[in-house]
Amino acid sequence: MSVGGKRLDQGGAIDRQRTVEFTFDGVSYNGHQGDTLASALLANGVRLFGRSFKYHRPRGLLGIGFEEPNALVELRSGARAEPNTRATGIEIFDGMEAKSQNRFPSLAFDLLGVNQLFGRFFTAGFYYKTFMWPAGFWEPVYEKLIRRAAGLGTASRESDPDHYEHSHAHCDVLVVGTGPAGLMAALTAAQTGARVMVLEDRAWVGGMLAFEDQKIEGAPAQTWVDATLHQLQSMDNVRVMTRTTAVGVYDGNVVVGLQRVADHVAEPGLGDPRQRLWILRAKQTIFATGSIERPMLFGNNDLPGVMLASAVRGYVHRFAVTPGRAVVIVTTNDDGYNTAFALHEAGEPVVAIVDARDKSGELAKDPSTLGIKVYRGSLPVKAVGWQSVKGLVIENAQQQRTTIDCDCIAVSGGFNPDVNLYSQTGHAPVWNESIAAFVPGDHRSGSQSVGACNGDFSLADCLSAGAASGASAAAVAGFASSASGAVPSVRGEHPGTIAAVWLGRSEGKVFVDLQNDVTAQDVTLAEQEGYVSVEHTKRYTTLGMATDQGKTANVNGIAVLAAARGQAIADVGTTRYRPPTVPVAIGAFAGHERGKNFQPIRKTAFHAWHEKNGAVFVEAGQWLRARHYPLPGEDIMAALKREAKMVRESVGMCDVSTLGKIEIFGPDAAEFLNRLYINNWLKLPIGKARYGVMLREDGYVYDDGTTSRLGENHFFMTTTTANAAGVLAHMDYHSQVVWPDLDVVFCSATEQWCGFALAGPNSRTVLEKALPGVDVGDEVLPFMGVLSTEVDGMPVRIFRISFSGELAYEVNVPWGYGVAAWERFFAAGQEHGIIAYGTEALTVLRIEKGHAAGQELDGRTTAADLGMGRMASKTKSFIGQPMSQRAGMTAADRPSLVGIKVVDSSQRLRGGAHLFDRIDGVDSRGSIGWVTSVTDSPAVGCWIALAFIKGGSEQIGKRFYAHYPLKDEVVEVEVCSPHFFDPDGERLRG
Amino acid sequence: MHQIQCPWCGVRDEAEFQYKGDATVVRPTDDTDEAGFFRYVYLRDNPKGWHTEWWHHVAGCRQFVKVVRNTLTHEISTSGTPADTLEVPES
Repeated sequence: MSVGGKRLDQGGAIDRQRTVEFTFDGVSYNGHQGDTLASALLANGVRLFGRSFKYHRPRGLLGIGFEEPNALVELRSGARAEPNTRATGIEIFDGMEAKSQNRFPSLAFDLLGVNQLFGRFFTAGFYYKTFMWPAGFWEPVYEKLIRRAAGLGTASRESDPDHYEHSHAHCDVLVVGTGPAGLMAALTAAQTGARVMVLEDRAWVGGMLAFEDQKIEGAPAQTWVDATLHQLQSMDNVRVMTRTTAVGVYDGNVVVGLQRVADHVAEPGLGDPRQRLWILRAKQTIFATGSIERPMLFGNNDLPGVMLASAVRGYVHRFAVTPGRAVVIVTTNDDGYNTAFALHEAGEPVVAIVDARDKSGELAKDPSTLGIKVYRGSLPVKAVGWQSVKGLVIENAQQQRTTIDCDCIAVSGGFNPDVNLYSQTGHAPVWNESIAAFVPGDHRSGSQSVGACNGDFSLADCLSAGAASGASAAAVAGFASSASGAVPSVRGEHPGTIAAVWLGRSEGKVFVDLQNDVTAQDVTLAEQEGYVSVEHTKRYTTLGMATDQGKTANVNGIAVLAAARGQAIADVGTTRYRPPTVPVAIGAFAGHERGKNFQPIRKTAFHAWHEKNGAVFVEAGQWLRARHYPLPGEDIMAALKREAKMVRESVGMCDVSTLGKIEIFGPDAAEFLNRLYINNWLKLPIGKARYGVMLREDGYVYDDGTTSRLGENHFFMTTTTANAAGVLAHMDYHSQVVWPDLDVVFCSATEQWCGFALAGPNSRTVLEKALPGVDVGDEVLPFMGVLSTEVDGMPVRIFRISFSGELAYEVNVPWGYGVAAWERFFAAGQEHGIIAYGTEALTVLRIEKGHAAGQELDGRTTAADLGMGRMASKTKSFIGQPMSQRAGMTAADRPSLVGIKVVDSSQRLRGGAHLFDRIDGVDSRGSIGWVTSVTDSPAVGCWIALAFIKGGSEQIGKRFYAHYPLKDEVVEVEVCSPHFFDPDGERLRG
Repeated sequence: MHQIQCPWCGVRDEAEFQYKGDATVVRPTDDTDEAGFFRYVYLRDNPKGWHTEWWHHVAGCRQFVKVVRNTLTHEISTSGTPADTLEVPES
């Protein structure tokens, strides 16, 4: 007896003139254009496709579509390698490389196959049981062992050279699937004028018709498929997308489709993505996803050579390949017979048909006249063979056993409607006894299931139901039916009943979930151990949790569980399917939003100047900010110290454009600010700025900044860079929802006005030189004064505010004037040696002055914690005021802001260190405070920091220890005022 | 993916909005005691079924839109401005 598959001499939808060469596990094979990897390997007699997940048992091909649990391969190589792709869906191309997975060292001889000798360790919940003890072994030993032994494929470690894109589309009617039901639905809907989109997983349309030998209108079904496709493609309102799998259904009738644009070629064409993720919004969705044949449960039912009967027939018809030379059909229904007829027609021997029933329905042919022996009322017990099928043991009702020699067992346990997408809509499938399968129950509004996925298996039913669904979906979407409604005629079918057979007379190791190596025994054991809910059983046994989501496993698993519980299958119910229906590469989800395109990059108006002048940038949210401007040979510490020193000694410029800026107008603008901020705003004079602190409603500090009054009803607010968007939303909420009676309007001006700080003892001189003829003296522009002016046609707003403690101004100009303004001021400062300083020097200067910033405003500090408790008005209410009075918020022992400096000036401080009163023997419970912002201060001459400590200013002069366990450092520190430099503020009043 | 009817901009994709939570809570008057503010700040019902909530049209007109959404089915029955009183279907 010759064994294994071979190419038939004629037939099939392959191009025999075109030979395609590819490799599998390094061995070169030939196939034909139109082959899948699975069909081409079958034609070459390959039976072994992979090793199983836990036991490393040899596995062959089971199916023909995306239900395939065994034949997972690593496709392509190097950076383009993609693991866990199904051989049944891969179209071969010249030079294609594919490798089997999960074998060590080789597919035929797998050392870890000994795992099956230790099978009892790998039963349900084996993760939880076997590797419990000792705990210390988990990470170093057990996890590595498990990962080596049990795994599905390996991802490439190289960066993917291809790109993936996202596309959005809208339509009236979306049809998923192009079998007879899907095509009829699409055609009928399209004829009403509705915009129709059609998704097909495969490279061709026709669904199951491509695998069958059926006639429509008296001609081969393919003729009708071709004509219908042609008709659809000729209509402007229709888009048919092949190689596109519907991977998820979401709210609002959104279906996500994965289009494999270039998976069937070696490399994508110029500009093409490898894959495209479609986000499709449909008014009406029609699922026409067909059905998946159910394997049968018997001993060794995972041996290579055990295949779905419909798949065997499909390989014969579509690819002209027979998977075996001596095939036994095992069936519970009439459909299995069609496989026998197909093989017979192709001239291939069918050894026998084993029918679980005593009587079949009305068949197309009589098997006995074809010389095929039929064993009625018989069930499979176990398959025989080691690396592949060599025979099948069956038993009849009289418990007489027979062994049949064969190399392929084609099984049909019935058909499960593919309810994956339906289930994702949140509705539960219901058990239908007459077809022994779960079918859709109620549908979510806007979707319907039609054809085999709805439990209608006959061709005539699929065509008529498809037409009806297309018409009704179009009608609901607003398109009156003008279609003829003609449904093509087909031969009537009178199928017999199905025998619902589950464990039957099986013996030995019976696999339920082939991909995750879950046996019927595992399911029974889980039930015994108390996992009675189907959702719990799924997780405990991992049934249905592999990359195929149990497409061929779930219903058998539920049936076994039901039997163990002594319940009806309907009462056990199903688990919920979740997207994606098939594995999707992460790249497809990421699309173009990766690397530098992950989020927008915001650059300030002065960015070009910074770049030209050697700035090193740092990311602040989406912004790029100039961090420092190193001179040749300078490191960051040298640069920031030089920059800070120059500001203290002469003058510097710093880009502060990233601060949030909000223009506020209206008669109630002052009152609005009064409610937002803790301090008073009603009496702020025009032309003055004021520092403000705002709380969240829970009483903690939210944000701070200066806000200026530019007119009676016009204010200009600044926020921190980090909270710019949040503060605006906070204001939106309170003005629109809480106080709609206030007459105030505002909008962001962050990107309308750019700004820089001009700071240092020489800043006024530079200002005067840059703005000739503008009086910026103390009379006109005192500390906290604001001046709006114009120079050479350029509007300028000057705010005399200081973050550095020096005499300083913030100069704002409209964004488009940015570089011109910067250069004008920089030139004016040349005689004083003006420098640009970055965010590092800015931080040094503000820490030396004790100004709180992001590290201090961390959302857990109160105004009092920050030493600003007295700013809070007692005469008005404001957001956060009521909650800021709670006992915990006002407790005397709350850590509050102080300065600290090292006792030994050769030591350094680190942000995040915790303060203790002891040098050793500390643990986290004894911490009395922590360090927030640190700097090596040029002005003080040693490392200084801002910190929060219990007792706050009462601790000034006392010494503590700053512990930093991450680097095992302990540094002695002395508490001092946070105002390290010029505590009386003489310099900024200049 | 929801589509939300903004009273100012028309039907817009969910991606343009930021969810802002329960729209049935109302900020207490300033003279309310601590317990009242505590309820306002921290306590929210978690209803199964119809719920009135805020969706901030941040990437659009920046208006707060009141939306009646079913937390179980994600259906949206109606939407309006903060001033609108919206009918909430029986859950």
